Amino acid sequence: MAFVSGLRCRECGREYPGEALNVCDFCFGPLEVVYDYATISEVVSRDRIAAGPLSIWRYHDLLPASGEDPVDIMAGYTPLLKARNLGERLGLKNLYIKNDSVNPSFSFKDRVVSVAATKAREFGFETIACASTGNLACSVAAHAARAGLRSVVFIPSDLERGKVIGAAVYGPTMVAVEGTYDEVNRLCSEVGDNYPWAFVNINMRPYYAEGSKTLGYEVAEQLGWRIPDHVVIPSASGAMFTKIWKGFNELACLGLLEGVDSLSFGPDQNTVHHPAITTKMHMAQAEGCSPIVNAWTSGQTQVRPVRPDSIAKSLAIGNPADGIYALRVIKESDGSAYAVPEPEVVEGIKLLAETEGIFTETAGGVTISALKHLAESGAIGADELTVAYITGNGLKTQEAVEEVVNPLFVRPTMSSFEEALEGRAAGAASKV
Amino acid sequence: MGRQRVKFTFDGDLVKEPIIYMLGRDFHLVTNIRRADVGDVLGWVVLEVDGEKEEIERGLQWVSSTGVRVDSVSGDVLQG
Repeated sequence: MAFVSGLRCRECGREYPGEALNVCDFCFGPLEVVYDYATISEVVSRDRIAAGPLSIWRYHDLLPASGEDPVDIMAGYTPLLKARNLGERLGLKNLYIKNDSVNPSFSFKDRVVSVAATKAREFGFETIACASTGNLACSVAAHAARAGLRSVVFIPSDLERGKVIGAAVYGPTMVAVEGTYDEVNRLCSEVGDNYPWAFVNINMRPYYAEGSKTLGYEVAEQLGWRIPDHVVIPSASGAMFTKIWKGFNELACLGLLEGVDSLSFGPDQNTVHHPAITTKMHMAQAEGCSPIVNAWTSGQTQVRPVRPDSIAKSLAIGNPADGIYALRVIKESDGSAYAVPEPEVVEGIKLLAETEGIFTETAGGVTISALKHLAESGAIGADELTVAYITGNGLKTQEAVEEVVNPLFVRPTMSSFEEALEGRAAGAASKV
Repeated sequence: MGRQRVKFTFDGDLVKEPIIYMLGRDFHLVTNIRRADVGDVLGWVVLEVDGEKEEIERGLQWVSSTGVRVDSVSGDVLQG
């Protein structure tokens, strides 16, 4: 069973039953899940978690949907790799990569969608839906297939072929919307209001977003129930950023971290900050769509929406729903926010691939370039324990790095091969 | 009849314009402000708009044409 007491407005604090709602009727503020932490603290333990499945559902006591029969394609429990080569390049001795690009549909979205789909089935929905530029559509369609639900995915009509195929293969109803970014948003909001569907990012949003907490839980568990000194996280809506922070604080308050005493959650569960949580939260966005970073660097508490124009399409949210909450987390954690120049996005992808053998999509390139900036500026010390989150797979955005394809063309003879090899070596030497 | 929940974001000088008043007057829409924050350089208002569906559509298009940004209250729905 899920230990959910209901929903609560993040702005005015009004309470609602745990239903398929996402906005407060009174002030239109976002609703957040309220947990019965008193009961959770009686049942949850490190041993109980360790005995669970190797997926996000090992943390089912801390999720808002029942773990008894989840819609599970084995999202989560992804590798946390010690990045020795990249660390050496950046002067960081304690660097780890949380490689979430190896989820079943190749992005972290599987975590949030697994929770949303499970909740949708609990509520009795027969259709789950989303609007997406790629990752979310793939994940929704895959989970729907697993759950035997119908899925409807809305995509921009000019979406890259690879992403369209990656979602279409699971058999959703695919709607290609001809229009600007804002028009697609407006249409999908209206569809969400008018159809009895579980729109993962609308009426399922309070539950869906909670799935990202598992990115915090897993890192802590994989580090031996410790938290890092720094984390670097790519951000679009800002939701994942705030939920990783929430995940660390939940573990601390429940007494699950090594050497940390439990603490009451207080009146507002979503803003609780355990004093033992000293992780600095660093946000990474691409310069072509960096509304949260812009607000942070200009000292604003409000986020001014922007029109996205970035190579990092999975981060291209111009009006981020959780932007102001993410700003509060940056401030509270003594973290930072950095907008990566667009040309450096691809450099980040190549740097991670060449040093650690991990092929990430453009969002990962943003993370690695921001990490490089933080290391070079001295914001991260050489010995500090640092985790960079890689949230999507490079196979999704291959066109971004097409320039790397440069084979040696040879005739099928040894002499032709050796001639080409010598030519390449000479070319490389002349560049030194 | 229709109803929409929207967020208007105003920049700079637009903060001084009576946009919401004109939306009611010129498009016969009932506006109900639920939350707002207006500063020197940036302001936003979250409101509900009631009226004929076509008028809501026309009215919100007019608001956009003034330079005010019009969004759903949930933020961007289109995700990566």
